[in-house]
Formats: sequence, structure tokens, C-alpha cells
Amino acid sequence: MTGTVRVSDVTKRYGRVEAVRDASFSLGEGELVALIGHNGAGKTTLLKLMLGLIRPTSGAIEVLGDNPAAGEFAGRRQLGYLPENVSFDPALTGRETQAFYARLKREPVAKALGLLDTVGLGAASRRRVSTYSKGMRQRLGLAQALLGAPRVLLLDEPTTGLDPELRQTFYDIIARLAAGGATVLLSSHALTELEERAGRVIIMNRGIKVADGSIDELRRLARLPTRIRLKVAGLAPSEMPDWAPQDATCRRLNGHIVEIDAAPERKIELLHRATAAGNAVEDVDVVPPTLDELYAHFLRQSERAP
Amino acid sequence: MNVLIIAAKEIHQAIRNRWVLAATLLLAGLALSLTFLGSAPTGNVGVRTLDVVVVSLSSLTIFLVPLIALLISHDAIVGEMERGTMLLLLSYPVARWQVLLGKFLGHLAVLAFATCLGYGAAVGALAATGSQIDSDSFLAFAAMVGSSVLLGAAFVAIGYLVSALVRDRGTAAGICIGLWLLLVLIYDMALLGVLALDQGRSISAAALNAMLLANPTDAYRLINLTGFANVSTFAGMAGLAQTTSLTIPVLLTALLGWTLLPLGLAALAFSRREL
Repeated sequence: MTGTVRVSDVTKRYGRVEAVRDASFSLGEGELVALIGHNGAGKTTLLKLMLGLIRPTSGAIEVLGDNPAAGEFAGRRQLGYLPENVSFDPALTGRETQAFYARLKREPVAKALGLLDTVGLGAASRRRVSTYSKGMRQRLGLAQALLGAPRVLLLDEPTTGLDPELRQTFYDIIARLAAGGATVLLSSHALTELEERAGRVIIMNRGIKVADGSIDELRRLARLPTRIRLKVAGLAPSEMPDWAPQDATCRRLNGHIVEIDAAPERKIELLHRATAAGNAVEDVDVVPPTLDELYAHFLRQSERAP
Repeated sequence: MNVLIIAAKEIHQAIRNRWVLAATLLLAGLALSLTFLGSAPTGNVGVRTLDVVVVSLSSLTIFLVPLIALLISHDAIVGEMERGTMLLLLSYPVARWQVLLGKFLGHLAVLAFATCLGYGAAVGALAATGSQIDSDSFLAFAAMVGSSVLLGAAFVAIGYLVSALVRDRGTAAGICIGLWLLLVLIYDMALLGVLALDQGRSISAAALNAMLLANPTDAYRLINLTGFANVSTFAGMAGLAQTTSLTIPVLLTALLGWTLLPLGLAALAFSRREL
């Protein structure tokens, strides 16, 4: 795996505020990375640093072989960026805007205009951008980010304002790009969407990287319990079945459901016990900790350890 | 290449926004009315009308062209930053100086187009109404149009410098209006006042020349009102034209300096900016 983006010990200070503190990571080809964190956690600052829009107070950044802080931009022909709240010149039409950006990247204009259909802008592309809704501007933003064959895609909140159908198309497109070797870094609040798609998650809190790894790795690190939900017949509303473990948290949910919080290594044992012969279990659901819960866990952890 | 792509987009946008149309119509309208109203007192006999037009149009240019130039340039950088379009543009493989130079060429082309067409309308109208235009007059007129564009370039560059330095568009607009008032109106009045008070005792000719070169509008005025003998007689500047040591190349260099220096500083300030 070759690195396309390298961030080493980067700190960015605005006056007395540290927007990013000592962040280090590197992204490889074909990775689909989710960058998550609260508003103001430093996500946008990191993206801007990678683009050379701002310079780090200390530390070094390398993107496709360039040092963006020194104004190098040769690699940017293979970089796509979608800013948060993307905006375009209102006087030009979607097609004119896309053609302008294609020329800057030395991409054939005809091919670039085809991308407008891919993102479903279609007929609206002949209208001026000033008439566009938020969703349509976001589509145009995606179309320009996909120009050329980007090896690095930096997407800041890419799915805000997109309808569910286009969301699906969007994730398909970036999955295809990642499969083709592109690095995709996307910051988002839509954690449930990212859960199945991101191969790797970087969690930021107050400018500090608090977690970095695949979802499975984060689950292992967090040691959050997996919830086992059992549908049990013939139980009184507050009664616990006699096989319920004493050393794990058990609770009753609506009606027939018993929920057990299982530590990761006891999952199988508890399942065995619950489904042992003679127990009136009708159905089983195993719910691993979601990205939402992992995120909350790592934030709590970082708040506790100053 | 990048510079030309950006310049072409600026021109495209200016046409779309009706900037080109508005500026051309404004300049043409004023040029035509000055041509015909301005020649009324002198009549058409014996006086070369185009020379009179050069005098009146160059006085008009001093007010109008800097104003138009500052209007289109003051939000070139800070405005795009506020609207958020600069963020995306700078993520493309372009250097910041290329963005600035591209905008400059685009805005200058718009200004040059409006000036040539607007003022050209005046000559066309004169020719159409049967006035005699000799080559001396035409040369003075062409120089007036050319130097007007150069004056515009200087103020576009000054507008960029302001735009690259300030935090928001309102401030840029305010500073540009202030600069316009200062350079176009106040400077000359203050200079006259100082000269009148001084009565030629301590201000040497060299110092006066320096003060004239320190303002692009004065350099422009001198080029057009004293540069051509046929014109300076009508401008009432023949006396000054004989005594001043500021030749046309010096004045042109001053205007060019007033373009390149602010443009260079704007590029420097822009390259240091964080978005």
C-alpha cells in the first residue's frame, strides 16, 4: 500500500485556539476513510491544510508528493475536493462551471460534461447556478470533484442535501473509485451511512486525533458490549429467565425481549447458554456496537484523559 | 495557460453580468454627449473638433475610469473568499499568482473593450457628421484611449491590493471609495493649495514633478493635456507643457509602475493569505 497523503505531527493554531494538535496519520491507495468529529473538531482545518489553503503552525504534510504549504500543486490535477457549503459563480450555468474546472485540470470538456449526468443534474445543467437548490449545488460540487481520475478525493460533508437515491449513487461512485486505487477521505456527521462503507475511521475531538482504525479495530479497542436480544416466550413482564447470567447486565425490553450486554469475548458463551435446550427462545438478534456508540465512547474517553 | 482560462472566465462573467454592456454604454453615452455639447461653444469653424474632444474626454476619464476599475476590482479576491468560490478554485492545480494575473487580464480586457468602443463611438460620430480629422488629432486621440486603459489598469491593480489585504467586502469598498476621492479629487486640490501658499519659495520643480508622478491620475492628465502640442493649446496647459520636464516616456513609466507595483504587492499579500 502506497501512501498518498501523509500528515506528520501537524499543529494548526489560530491565535490561542488550537484547531488541530499533533495530528499524524497517513492514507494509502484504495482506502475509504471517514473523518468524524463534532463541529469545530478540526476536520475542515485538516482538509484545508492538505490543500495548502492554510499553512500548519508546525509539522509537515505531503499530498501526492507535493508539500501544499509551500504552494506546490502539481499533484492537484489528480485531487478532487468538495468543500462544505460549496458555492459557484451564480452568473454561469452548471455546464459552463464544469467546463471551466475541466479546463483547469486539462480534462476533455465533453467527458467532464458527462459527469453532470452521472450526478443527475441533467437538464438543470443548462440553467444558471443562481437558480439551483442546495441539493443541485451539491450535485455540481460532486461532479467537479470527480473530474479526471482523482487519486485523492477530499470530501467535506458530501452527502448533506442529497436525496437518498443520489446518496446511494454517490457511495457507489466513490466505492468504485476506491476500488480503483483512489484514496477517499470524507468527513461526515452521517455516521450510520458510513458504518458499512468506510474501511477506516479517524475520530477527532477538539483538534486531537482520538481514534484511528477500522471499525472492527475500534470495537476491539473500545470493548463496548455487544447486545444480544432474545425473544422469549411465556415470561411475565418483569421476570428474568432463570438461565440469565448473573455477571452480565440483563434488561427487559418491550414485551418478550430480553437484552443482554455481552463483553466481546463472552458473546459466544452467552449465546450458547441462552439457546441451550429447553429455553423458550424464539428469535435472536446480535447487535454489535454501532459507529455512533463507538464515537461517543472515544469522545468520552478523550474528555476523561486530558 | 491557467492565466488565460481564468481571464476568459472573468470576461465571460462580466458579459453575463452586463458589466461590459453597462460600462460601454456609460462611456459611449458620455463621450457622445461631450462630443456634441462640448463643441457647441467653439463651433465647427477653424477649430479641430477632435482635439477639443480629447481635452474634455480625458477630464471625464480621470473621474470615471478609476471608478469603474475600482468597482470591478475591489471584490475580486475578498468577494470570492466571502462567497466561498475561492476555496474551490485554489484546490485546483493553479498558483495564486495565476489566479490574480488571470483576473487582471480579464478585467483589463473588459475595461479596454468598453473604453475603445465607448470613445471610438465619439470619433465615429464626428467622422459621420463630416468633421475633418487630421492625423495629429487622431494620434492624440489614440494616445488618450491607450493611456485611459493604462489608467484603468493602475486602478484595477490598486483595487486588487485592497481586496487582498482586507477581511471583508464592505471594508474593501469603503477603502476604494476613499482612495478614489483622495487620488481623483483631494490630491490635486491639496497640491494646488500647497503651491499657492508656497509661492514657489521652497518647492522646487523636481519636487513638484515627483508629486505629480506620485498620483496616477496626474500622470494621466499630463500625458493627455501636455503631451500633444495641438491639444495642449486647447487645454490651457501650453505654458506648463513647455516648462515641464516630464516627458511622455517618464509619465508612461509612472503609470506602468502604478500598475505593476500594486499588482505585485497584491500577489504577495494574496499568497500569504489563509482561507
